[in-house]
Amino acid sequence: MLNMPFLGNTPKVELNTNRNYWSMVRELAVTDFKLKYQGSVFGYLWSLMKPLAIFGVLYLVFSVFVRIGSDIPNYPVYLLLGIVLWNYFAESTNNAMRSIVDKGDLIRKVYFPRIVILFSNSLSALITLVLNLLIIVVFMLVARIFPTPLEILGFLVLTAELYLLSLGISLFLAALYVKFRDFAYIWEVALQLLFYASAIIFPLNIVPHRFLQVLTLSPITQIIQDTRKLLISPATITTFDSVHSVLRFVPYAIPILLVVLGYWYFERAASHFAEDV
Amino acid sequence: MARDIAIAVSGVSKTFKLPHERYSSLKQNALHIFTKRRYSQFKAVEDINFEVRRGEFFGIVGRNGCGKSTLLKMLAGIYVPTKGSVRINGSLSPFIELGVGFNPELTARDNVFLNGAILGLNRKEIAAKFDDIIGFAELEEFVDQKLKNFSSGMQVRLAFSIAIQAQSEILLVDEVLAVGDSSFQKKCFDVFRRLKKKGTTIVFVTHDMANVQEFCDRVLVMSEGKKLALTGPDQASDLYNRLNAQNDLDEMEQLNERNRWGTERVKVRTVEFLDGTGKPNRILTTGEPMTLRVELEPTKLDVPLLVGLALYQADGTHVAGPNSDGVKIQSGERFIEFTVDKLPLTEGTYTATVALFDKKGAETFDYIDKGFSFAVGGLKRTFGNMALFGEWRTKK
Repeated sequence: MLNMPFLGNTPKVELNTNRNYWSMVRELAVTDFKLKYQGSVFGYLWSLMKPLAIFGVLYLVFSVFVRIGSDIPNYPVYLLLGIVLWNYFAESTNNAMRSIVDKGDLIRKVYFPRIVILFSNSLSALITLVLNLLIIVVFMLVARIFPTPLEILGFLVLTAELYLLSLGISLFLAALYVKFRDFAYIWEVALQLLFYASAIIFPLNIVPHRFLQVLTLSPITQIIQDTRKLLISPATITTFDSVHSVLRFVPYAIPILLVVLGYWYFERAASHFAEDV
Repeated sequence: MARDIAIAVSGVSKTFKLPHERYSSLKQNALHIFTKRRYSQFKAVEDINFEVRRGEFFGIVGRNGCGKSTLLKMLAGIYVPTKGSVRINGSLSPFIELGVGFNPELTARDNVFLNGAILGLNRKEIAAKFDDIIGFAELEEFVDQKLKNFSSGMQVRLAFSIAIQAQSEILLVDEVLAVGDSSFQKKCFDVFRRLKKKGTTIVFVTHDMANVQEFCDRVLVMSEGKKLALTGPDQASDLYNRLNAQNDLDEMEQLNERNRWGTERVKVRTVEFLDGTGKPNRILTTGEPMTLRVELEPTKLDVPLLVGLALYQADGTHVAGPNSDGVKIQSGERFIEFTVDKLPLTEGTYTATVALFDKKGAETFDYIDKGFSFAVGGLKRTFGNMALFGEWRTKK
């Protein structure tokens, strides 16, 4: 008798099936994406509009009014890249948090590994990310930046890290939100704080040294700064530049740790989702 | 687990904790961290054991709230049992309702792919079966219409068509046939017959005893979360009808505010119904003997009595009024009995009016209007308001 993948710690139910859940992940993600822009005239264009609008405002404020960004070479691409990566992180965690509750009807009536919902959610966030990256490509071409294949490979590795980070946090948030709806507000505030702590708008060289180490130990800062350094400006300050002890590896370890612990926590809670949502 | 067993359920219980106050926010939890949370435990399913053989058509019946849906959800893997184990041998349809995940904003085509994926089919499999699905549902002209424009009957047809394509070895069916028009229902039953022939194991939850008798090999009868019986379809539907009758009686007793008047010089103490074995039983059977026994309060009055008896159906129709012509009570006697050899009443619940008058009907001693209720379990193939115990013959 085979055990289902993902069935985790529910030994009381033995099902002799070995179903492939990939098609369910994909169908749910595609449906999500289709429904998101249903009935709007510009459809998918809106998913490009949001980061561009934020970019426009921030660029105006920080490059023209305050002039923090004028020291940074290629500040427009630098800023937009940060916004796009941040948007992916914020949206995927925020949507994932509500995803189990939103799919309550499905959960109460069909058995499937509950983590399917999180995978499909992260997939639909990835679709948006890929679309947004197309604008980055345009900006880079305009700025005459042409990354080498090795740099692109490095970028893919960093994106994978970002994916794991978002997924790890999503696993915790989704399971917690089923029991405590407070997390909607907690996470909203946390995201606001993280946005300013992640050096998306300003260069890290204006940050006092004692704060610098703390900021760069955050994996989200590390990912954004590493990506910028790799693709846009070698002068970007990264975690490796600011932290010199072994601690500099911490931000790279956090996503993996979060995914492992998050998976364990989620699976433990998942067997009761059908009753709790 | 033996190879010919499809589902083995042993010692399965499911208890829901119902908090007296539900805290769904952290603050409420923090405020009440020192007060012990009070739960009432609700035992939805208690210590159920059974095995379903491969290829069996297995019914689960019981009144609303008896735990059959909870049990089915445990079979599907949606709920995890509090105690005991469920073992499934073979691929299983993981859903208990049709059209789960249907989205009204998507077209029928998109919904087929979405719902199919939820049921475990991949894109290629669905594409291969797509025309069959739409054809069976008779929705060829509406493939690219949004689902929100479909009637509920059309949606059910589409849902059923997809569900039967899931082709699992074990199918769980929960009351799906209540919807759809009669010609589509017939198609559904044809599918069940075909699946049964093919050796699909089917677990079927229903209220309809006609379906039970037609399809089921064995039936689990549940009551208040417990197993009442695991028997053949005929006994099971009989048991189910009795279960229902008992409950109807309990409800009627509560509703019936006894309407009673009279001079009370002679007074009724109790009224009982006796079945064919002579035991008090409020559930009687068509064609069997029945006795109505009136017990009187001790009285010194020595007059002939006129006993009035009227029987009413649940809807208030007066079905019989067998009044006595004059019953003389000797000293020391306290019972008046009215006996029928073959009860001609058909399945249903009844109420009785019992009244005592003096012989001329001038004085009403005691009148209890519709104060007593009983139920009748019917015979197979007996319909209508009364049973005629005639004979069928053929002649040249």
